[in-house]
Amino acid sequence: MSVAHYYETMDYGPAPEADVEARAWLKRHDATFGHFIGGKFVAPHAGKYLTTIEPATGKTLAKIAQGAAADVEAAVSAARSAQPLWAKLGGHGRARHLYALARMLQRHARLFAVLEAIDNGKPIRETRDLDVPLAARHFLYHAGWAQLQEREFADQVPIGVIGQIIPWNFPLLMLAWKIAPALAAGNTVVLKPAEFTSLTALLFAELAAEAGLPPGVLNVVTGDGATGALLVENPDVDKIAFTGSTEVGRSIRQSTAGSGKSLTLELGGKSPFIVFDDADIDGAVEGVVDAIWFNQGQVCCAGSRLLVQEGIADTFRKRLIRRMETLRVGPPLDKAIDMGAVVAPVQLERIKSMVETGVKEGAEIYQAPAAIPNEGCFYPPTFLWNVHPSSTVAIEEIFGPVLVAMTFRTPDEAVMLANNTRYGLAASVWSETIGLALDIAPKLQAGVVWVNATNLFDASVGFGGYRESGFGREGGREGMYEYLKPKAWSTRKPRAKVSAMPAPSADSAGFGVPSIDRTAKLFVGGKQVRPDANYSRAVLSPKGRHLGEAGEGNRKDIRNAVAAARSAEAWARATAHNRAQILYYLAENLSARSDEFARRIGDMTGMSIAKARAEVDASVERLFSYGAWADKFEGSIHAPPLRGVALAMHEPIGVVGVACPDEAPLLAFISLVAPLIAMGNRVVAVPSERHPLAATDFYQVLETSDVPAGVVNIVTGDREGLVKVLAEHDDVDALWAFGSQEASLAAERLSIGNLKRTLVDHGLALDWYDKTASEGPILLRHAVQVKNIWIPYGD
Amino acid sequence: MPNPSAVQAQPHARGESHVHPVARNSGRALEMDWVDEIRINLSAAERRVASLPGRRTVKKDAQAAWLLKAITCIDLTTLNGDDTAERVKRLCAKARAPVRSDVLEALGFAGRELHTGAVCVYHRFVATAVEALDGYDIPVAAVSTGFPAGLVPHDLKLKEIEASVRDGAQEIDIVITREHVLTADWRALYAEVKDFRAACGDAHLKTILATGDLKTLRNVAKASMVCMMAGADFIKTSTGKEGVNATLPVTLAMLRMIRSYQERTGFKIGFKPAGGISTAKDVLNYQFLMKEELGRDWLEPDLFRIGASSLLADIERQLEHHVTGRYSAFNRHPVG
Repeated sequence: MSVAHYYETMDYGPAPEADVEARAWLKRHDATFGHFIGGKFVAPHAGKYLTTIEPATGKTLAKIAQGAAADVEAAVSAARSAQPLWAKLGGHGRARHLYALARMLQRHARLFAVLEAIDNGKPIRETRDLDVPLAARHFLYHAGWAQLQEREFADQVPIGVIGQIIPWNFPLLMLAWKIAPALAAGNTVVLKPAEFTSLTALLFAELAAEAGLPPGVLNVVTGDGATGALLVENPDVDKIAFTGSTEVGRSIRQSTAGSGKSLTLELGGKSPFIVFDDADIDGAVEGVVDAIWFNQGQVCCAGSRLLVQEGIADTFRKRLIRRMETLRVGPPLDKAIDMGAVVAPVQLERIKSMVETGVKEGAEIYQAPAAIPNEGCFYPPTFLWNVHPSSTVAIEEIFGPVLVAMTFRTPDEAVMLANNTRYGLAASVWSETIGLALDIAPKLQAGVVWVNATNLFDASVGFGGYRESGFGREGGREGMYEYLKPKAWSTRKPRAKVSAMPAPSADSAGFGVPSIDRTAKLFVGGKQVRPDANYSRAVLSPKGRHLGEAGEGNRKDIRNAVAAARSAEAWARATAHNRAQILYYLAENLSARSDEFARRIGDMTGMSIAKARAEVDASVERLFSYGAWADKFEGSIHAPPLRGVALAMHEPIGVVGVACPDEAPLLAFISLVAPLIAMGNRVVAVPSERHPLAATDFYQVLETSDVPAGVVNIVTGDREGLVKVLAEHDDVDALWAFGSQEASLAAERLSIGNLKRTLVDHGLALDWYDKTASEGPILLRHAVQVKNIWIPYGD
Repeated sequence: MPNPSAVQAQPHARGESHVHPVARNSGRALEMDWVDEIRINLSAAERRVASLPGRRTVKKDAQAAWLLKAITCIDLTTLNGDDTAERVKRLCAKARAPVRSDVLEALGFAGRELHTGAVCVYHRFVATAVEALDGYDIPVAAVSTGFPAGLVPHDLKLKEIEASVRDGAQEIDIVITREHVLTADWRALYAEVKDFRAACGDAHLKTILATGDLKTLRNVAKASMVCMMAGADFIKTSTGKEGVNATLPVTLAMLRMIRSYQERTGFKIGFKPAGGISTAKDVLNYQFLMKEELGRDWLEPDLFRIGASSLLADIERQLEHHVTGRYSAFNRHPVG
């Protein structure tokens, strides 16, 4: 090739980034890496190694240790011994360390960028311009939270030792997302990078130690899924944070159920990319490029489902195909490409077979005519249309550079199609009409919505999913809470053993005039209904006096209650002012009947009438509290580095199952139900099994307080049995199980069908009168999910 | 290193490029729908242009070639109150020989004619420039219609165009009346430009939008579309005298309109960014955008011009660096 040749063709020519430094680093380690434990590299206990390859060439890059039980134990133990000292260092001390890590990343930015590109196959442009700067930003941002922690999170304490398992698509960036908040909050970490892409984590650990991070604070154990499983199952790990496939996420939920480990899951997606006919079409076409051909489409929040309004569908398709003609695919270190290599042959095969399935099912296909290197894992940018919601490629996450397209007619239909998925990670909305765009964004079931943009990320803006895309948030204030626990909950004690049911005693009024029989019913969809099976159970006083009968709810009652709650969706859209009024009104009407409720509580529990009266008063006050919070537990406005805002909106989770404990039968019921309905959720509540009548009496208060039908449903009966039904119900979005370890275990283990959010007490008793432990944001945070709506602006 | 045999095998610059002759835009009736439907999102446009330099680059021989190509697209310009005939002649001499011959030789371009795309002057110096470029295939462009503000009477604008054409200008860079855009009087803009086009006759019409005055990308895009419908051969960003001159987002908006006009009418319209493009690095980014948004044809001077005065000097330094491996200095290259 000569100057004259290029002058004629005006081709780009090769533009390779040098990889000398990265190769030299590998060589310094003889291309063989142990685990990084306690501040230094340690050979694997069993001496086993895995081979990691360079996806662009298929050549071996290095050997990494295969972590076995002894390795994981050593790492967890190093983290455990470091944790108290790390926490004791205080916010400012940790802030200095995190700042140093941010600086370290910036100092070695090019080395990280090149190594990442080699190891993962992604273009150097992305590692250099996105992965590494965002990783550094994450540490800088979280240095800030460490600095402010004692003031801003005064009621929280670190969780302890965190096990973190990260995927191969953004190895360094996911490391940053995981460890920055964890370390900032005072936890120590055992990180398990993906087996395909462990090198930047090892480099990071090495340089972090050089930058002064104390030994044991960050440990890296490499290996395959089996190593990850060992970490998940390690009893000395207090929390697992996982990013990866929904399938693995499910099994982690299952195996940690009942263990007391807290859990954050950031899973898959099939995110919609919605283009209205009043969009900047060329801008949206460019958005598609950023959505699905970023990182070879190996992005959990990739805009992989294109929904285009019918009237512009042809135009959009033509312009997109024209745009695809100029995409370039090539070696990751080439500085003039749009896409690099797919991470591994197994992924390449999966993508190929998914596309074949799509075509077989009737999709039309266009693949970018880009020249593809002969060796290595490359796949061209691919566009499938004539795809329908029932097509496999429209349902399943492909995790590759494959876009599928469908059309819609109206905004309502766009929302319906967008939400017609088990996932809920991200969404992109394109329209130049502000009213339309801002109307659609809140209606999308997704943790992140980008308006006229896509794949924007920042440490200040929480990232995470709805539905089966996982739970928990990374980034922002909301992300910090994932690595903290309430101080007020850390001193809870196991609940006292439940005394055996008393023997029923005869309590006849003889020949006096008896009181009028009151049969407690279930309360479903705003109506008092008999239980489906029409059995009831006796409710006795502690001395065995027969106080009444409560319905024996079963599967079908739960089914009906969930259906009623689902159809009460309007509650979520009611104004906060409206919900506040109703909560105050509930308080007013409960207060009017406080004598009756006090007597009932006294009868059921045997407590003195003064104490029972105090419980009613506390319940009235609690309703007032949530009336107050209803229009005040607001979202926030983030200021990420762009011209625009990100609105962090608090949205209700949806239909929430609630199992109440036996203690404080009215107050606990109110304390759990009120925050949920204050935030717009609909509830299916299972009251105290032993003392259900305060809750069933309460439905008369609900009826007289303008609470819309279906917002609160009450099903009495066997707590564990009903919790199981709720946990397995795929239309229940969240489940709060209080009252026993058995219920907690069942709630967590059986929730995997739709990965519902769970809040459980693990059998630890809460003091329901202690406001710091049982009222306000401590529960409200679990009653909402944060949706971040990015709105870049400018004209 | 240069490869003489390869050089000989290639056709050379302007006049013999691989590009087919561009059919001249005949203009068409004003279609208000084409204007009304225009939507352009600033943030999205900015993201596109911000990521492009990371997605495209040229190195070594390719870079030298692209910079040589850029030279052939430069409208070497002097538009100052203190211009004189001798100053214009000096500029023309530079336009004829923009790169030192030893540098050209080292690049494998010995003996090839390589010159700038045009010379751009005020009407007063058109005849001077035409004479100075006699025998060269370098058109003279005249800025016209009361450049730069464009607020002289309409009939005088037409007379100015006709006078420049009479003096030998082959290209007329007109300024539009910004008021028509700012008041969304698209019919008035259309009528004005259509008159200019008629006055040009065979001379090519380059319409300067003064995008810095129009402010929004929507205004820029709509004005671009109206000018093309009125018969513009080129659309051009700026006079170089506005507060903000050529920018990549504005360029993107205009290129998308050129593409849209071509899709609808088949005519290829040229693009000329002007003002503020002063480094080799800057111009490469414009070239990448041209190639990516419009295609290979738009890298040649019949569809791409760059209005610049100091850009050439920076390119010369870069070319010398490519040849010698040493960084160069301005004083090593003859001025224009």
